[in-house]
Amino acid sequence: MIELRDVAYSYGGGELFSGLSLALAPGSFHFLTGPSGAGKTTLLKLCYGDLVPTSGEVALWGEPTTGMARDGLALNRRRIGVVHQDCQFLDHLPLGDNVALPLTVAGRHHEAAAYLPDLLAWVGLTRHVDRRPPELSGGERQRAALARAVIMSPEVIIADEPTGNIDWEMSQRLLALLVELNRMGKAVLIATHDLNLIRSAKAQVAVRTLRLKDRQLLAAGADL
Amino acid sequence: MKRAIWTALSLLAGDAQADRSVPPTGFTARLTLFTAAAMALLAVFALSLSLAAGRLAVRWSDELAQTSTLRISAPAEQMAAQTAAALEVLRTTPGIASARALTEEEEQALLTPWFGPDLPLDALPIPRLIEIEAEGRGYDATGLRARLQAEVPGAVLDDHTRWREPLVAAAGKLRGLGALAIVLIGASTAAMITLAAQSALSANAQVIRVLRLVGARDAYIARAFVRRFTLRALSGAAAGTFIGAILVALLPGGVQDGGSVLTGIGFSGAEWLWLPLIPPLAAAVAFAATRGAARRMLERQS
Repeated sequence: MIELRDVAYSYGGGELFSGLSLALAPGSFHFLTGPSGAGKTTLLKLCYGDLVPTSGEVALWGEPTTGMARDGLALNRRRIGVVHQDCQFLDHLPLGDNVALPLTVAGRHHEAAAYLPDLLAWVGLTRHVDRRPPELSGGERQRAALARAVIMSPEVIIADEPTGNIDWEMSQRLLALLVELNRMGKAVLIATHDLNLIRSAKAQVAVRTLRLKDRQLLAAGADL
Repeated sequence: MKRAIWTALSLLAGDAQADRSVPPTGFTARLTLFTAAAMALLAVFALSLSLAAGRLAVRWSDELAQTSTLRISAPAEQMAAQTAAALEVLRTTPGIASARALTEEEEQALLTPWFGPDLPLDALPIPRLIEIEAEGRGYDATGLRARLQAEVPGAVLDDHTRWREPLVAAAGKLRGLGALAIVLIGASTAAMITLAAQSALSANAQVIRVLRLVGARDAYIARAFVRRFTLRALSGAAAGTFIGAILVALLPGGVQDGGSVLTGIGFSGAEWLWLPLIPPLAAAVAFAATRGAARRMLERQS
């Protein structure tokens, strides 16, 4: 589904990483760890085509993102649910509309009524459906971002520190949702510093943990 | 054509959800409305000026082309004979509907503004004037001059060409200036709306980013902006056209009494039908300008 082959990425200053390869297959569950600044968020952005590699190739469903038409990229993004680290929302819209946004832009807004109530109940935001994102706490925004990421039932779910602002109980609930989706055949890739989250996931599903360090992507040790 | 109509209809019908994706931006909304209204108002004035100049050109051309003057300068004892000979020549010239020698009273009336009412016409060598009215496509002025030279040596034919041509040319240029003003107004409208659209797109860069991240295609994002600006231009131009029409109707003078280029400014009969075209044209300009701006901006932001 998503494949990175010998990928390198450089910012203006220097090379962030190089020779990096990764394949997200249906039903796979990956955690991505590593020190701050190692390039985890950049790697995730490469995976959903928000960035293109400076060398190597990123392919979404077999099609390289380099040179991909913007409309083609948009259609591929509908197959990927993304939880961003900074939980970007449309601040002028109520929470319900924000969560349903992927359906709206795909011309399927009429389906929102079928999914939205259960999804908001699941992430505990039912009573906030009419509130606007700036009125929500960090944890509430993170839960809303996860709900938005999964409302289209995407084939791949990519999350950047999804439990960074929520308590243990809620993080376990979110993990349970991701595990459930993974069991349905969705590929999951989560960047996190939360080792407890990784251990909890390992107890429920086959997980592969990767560590991005010193510009290389390595399999993490058995302690994870 | 079919596709253009479909695009226009779907644009007017809109997509409420897509529209809501972009927050209303007060500054650009007001700018677009004001620009469209002001430009439509100016377009109404330019159009009325252009049409008035066109009417004037046609009237001058027609009136002067249909009339001419024959001036007979001869000794007093020959004046009656030469006048009769000239009238006979004119009577037998094809293309002339009528020819009439002005009476002494009429000549006196023509000279009164310059010499006063007590001018002794009998004592002065005043030439005799014959008023000629042409018919159909007119007469052959060159042939008529040749005949007059042979039969009425003291006759000079003035077919008003030297008057008519500069006047008609001036009116034509005035009409051209009006048309140029309309084109410039359209271009200015496009430029202003492009700037407003670019401002709105820049102000909503974060919105565009979020929409893209959840899978919005460029057409979806652009449509929300294009529809908004098109409808604003349409409503602004409708208001401007309405106000302009009222102001033109209230202008002093009138089309009916002919008037000069200034007092004749306005619309006559079917000319009023030009006005309802202004708002849709402004909307079309806004549509094209916003779509172009959105495409360029989305290209840059990708």
